[in-house]
Amino acid sequence: MSELVVRDLQRSFGGVQAVDGVSFTLRSGDLLALIGPNGAGKSTCFNLLNGQLRPDAGSVRLDGTELVGLPPRRIWALGVGRTFQITATFASMTVAENVQMVLLSRARRLFGLWRPAAAQFREPALALLDRVGMAGQADRPCGVLAYGDLKRVELAMALASEPSVLLMDEPTAGMAPAERLALMALTAALVRERGLAVLFTEHDMDVVFGHATRVLVLDRGRLIAEGTPAQVRADPRVQAVYLGDES
Amino acid sequence: MSFLLVQALSGLATAATLFLVSSGLTIVFGVTRIVNFAHGSFYMVGAYVGWSLIERFGTTPAGFWGSVAAAALAMGLLGAAMEIGLLRRLYRSPELFQLLGTFGVVLVVQDAAAWFWGPEDLLGRRAAGLKGSVDILDQPFPLYDLVLIGLGPLVLGLLWLLFNRTRWGTLVRAATQDREMASALGVDPARLFTGVLFLGCALAGLGGALQVPREAVTLHMDMAIVVEAFVVVVVGGMGSLPGAFLASLLIGQLQAFGILVFPQITLVLVFLFMAVVLVLRPHGLLGRAEEVPPTAPAALTVPLSAGTAAHWWALALLAALALVPLAAGDYAVILLTEVVILALFAASLHLLIGLGGLVSFGHAAYFGLGAYGAALLVKHAAAPMPLALAGAPLLAGAGALLAGWFCVRRSGLYFAMLTLAFAQIAWSVAFQWSAVTGGDNGILGVWPSAWAAGKAAYYWLTLGLCGGALWLLRRAAFAPFGYALRAGRDSSLRAESVGIDVRRVQWMAFVLAGTAAGLAGGLYAFAKGSVFPTLLAVPLSVDALVMVLMGGIQTVTGPLAGAAVFHLLWSEVMSATDWWRLILGLVIVALVLVFPKGIVGFLAGLRGRA
Repeated sequence: MSELVVRDLQRSFGGVQAVDGVSFTLRSGDLLALIGPNGAGKSTCFNLLNGQLRPDAGSVRLDGTELVGLPPRRIWALGVGRTFQITATFASMTVAENVQMVLLSRARRLFGLWRPAAAQFREPALALLDRVGMAGQADRPCGVLAYGDLKRVELAMALASEPSVLLMDEPTAGMAPAERLALMALTAALVRERGLAVLFTEHDMDVVFGHATRVLVLDRGRLIAEGTPAQVRADPRVQAVYLGDES
Repeated sequence: MSFLLVQALSGLATAATLFLVSSGLTIVFGVTRIVNFAHGSFYMVGAYVGWSLIERFGTTPAGFWGSVAAAALAMGLLGAAMEIGLLRRLYRSPELFQLLGTFGVVLVVQDAAAWFWGPEDLLGRRAAGLKGSVDILDQPFPLYDLVLIGLGPLVLGLLWLLFNRTRWGTLVRAATQDREMASALGVDPARLFTGVLFLGCALAGLGGALQVPREAVTLHMDMAIVVEAFVVVVVGGMGSLPGAFLASLLIGQLQAFGILVFPQITLVLVFLFMAVVLVLRPHGLLGRAEEVPPTAPAALTVPLSAGTAAHWWALALLAALALVPLAAGDYAVILLTEVVILALFAASLHLLIGLGGLVSFGHAAYFGLGAYGAALLVKHAAAPMPLALAGAPLLAGAGALLAGWFCVRRSGLYFAMLTLAFAQIAWSVAFQWSAVTGGDNGILGVWPSAWAAGKAAYYWLTLGLCGGALWLLRRAAFAPFGYALRAGRDSSLRAESVGIDVRRVQWMAFVLAGTAAGLAGGLYAFAKGSVFPTLLAVPLSVDALVMVLMGGIQTVTGPLAGAAVFHLLWSEVMSATDWWRLILGLVIVALVLVFPKGIVGFLAGLRGRA
């Protein structure tokens, strides 16, 4: 059982308070959605959690270990995986090699100068790709993949390190509706099977309300609501943010 | 006290010239995002044209200043011509191509100037009406230098007015901030860029023509000034005019006083200053973070393939090469020895560029360190050849360990400039520390042991060592280390987020490449029997880049083909003519414009189409 405890995160950019006192707790088995209008601070939140940005104040603890101040690779090594809003893969490598890189990194074999990389961890990489439905394209270069396929490769790369917490920034952006539901169903299955704790952002409300176990609503850097999908949907403040403030 | 004041004033005069030249460089960079290596050539030709005009018309103050203005104008027009003919095709190319393409222009201009004005240094007429000196606290100070000191702030003020009070200047500033936006505003970017090159090169020409009364006009002015201007621009913040002004002042003073305190290492001082500034303030003194140019490895992301047949081809090639001395004469064997050495040198640079996306403009430093390491062991410790050859990669590797720690902190153009700075440091140590390195005279008498003294024997030794090193480099390229290096190049964001310490991987690659280059350098020293500071200098670094580019960046075998073609071209064609710079320059420009994928890439493309 893992627990990511976020307390009072603050971050401003030149006078704009992008994230303002965000606190929440993410536990194994959670599929927690972070929603909010454009510019609400969702991506900043993600970047603070995985160490890409440093918060002005606040703490992020994984099972008691403080993550604030650690570089992304350390946070990754402690078990926090992530996928990016704009996909980032190694374009000059094949799909399988992308996943193999993560496995090599996890095994601390990156400084190997002798054995060819392509032959190491190929089987586990293929198994992971099979899980996300990309085994058939394992030997294609990542640079030529369709956007939705890249998202799935990213998921396989994130899973390769067997994280306890997974941060997914718009995991289904650019996918067709059927693909979206399939990917989220897969994510939900992983949460159940492996006891993963997942935090994800999403614009598609069908995806959010169809799969999330809980929902956080961010507006102008502040959390304005938190609860089950049904509770959040009924919250008048959330409706005001999404439908425009009529008062 | 008065002596110090005069020293400070002469530092200000130096600063004025530096500012004129570097302001042009930084303006051009700000808008086009191209670091123009040829900027120093406009300075040099400006000085030559200024010299010719001043000889003819410079007897009156009006004639002198008219000549200076005409020289500046002429350089502006030449700069505009270069924009239309060359730069325009390079805006979207990776920075390696931009740097190399403009370096091609440097070479062409050097030979053109030598043809037009001859190889002799030219001493110009003193400025009419400003020949005397004034006494400052009883110390004489040249009147002309006082005028120069005033000219620096005057030009800064005029440029400020131009950029803040005219429509054209506003457009240029808009384009500096956001190129796409400027073209969306209905500005014709092509004309804007041509205008900017006119302005930048006219400033360089102005700086050059103003030097005529102060110092001899020579064919070496171009590289000397452009490297200093790079330092100014990087220290001040790329694209920042006030930054260039501030940095010019600082570096002018550093040179004026540095020569008093450390006369032996004045050159080192300037580059050390730049390295320290870059580590403390990554974007320069007055630069802003968003002005950092994007690294453009887009064209370098084609997958490398191992190819199962490659083994056998490599072994067959090695066997064929080993048989050559049985059939060929000494000349061919010597030539081939050099080709094999250069192949290792080029392959080591390819590790950085091809796999890491790290464009080093100072890789000769490690080749040279290896050569000097071997030569110094022979000369000062009477070491036998095997020991000296072992010392070569060790010294180069140690140098790379030190320089690499700084260099990998920055990427893209800043990385290129830092590697250049460290190579210049190494070069100036070899050049200025005569007691140990022999200075410009180099170190002679570095001959192989008796058992390897024959041309064929030394060739086999070279083939064995370089072949082994190349094989190891190739293994490393396809091992996890090579992949980690590529991962950092493809997406450092993703690499860091899956636990890859990109900086550390790049640092180790730098050391590995430096060590391999050092072995090549050590072998080269014994092949030639001597070492000179040119082995560490910028031209050799560029030669290595040309070899890599000729062979093609995307293939592991490319550098080998590139080194072979380059060296054969060099020794068979270019050594037969005095105009080798012209030929090499044109080859470089052609490579950059017509064959960006190199020979191997070009052939692979043909095969792919067929």
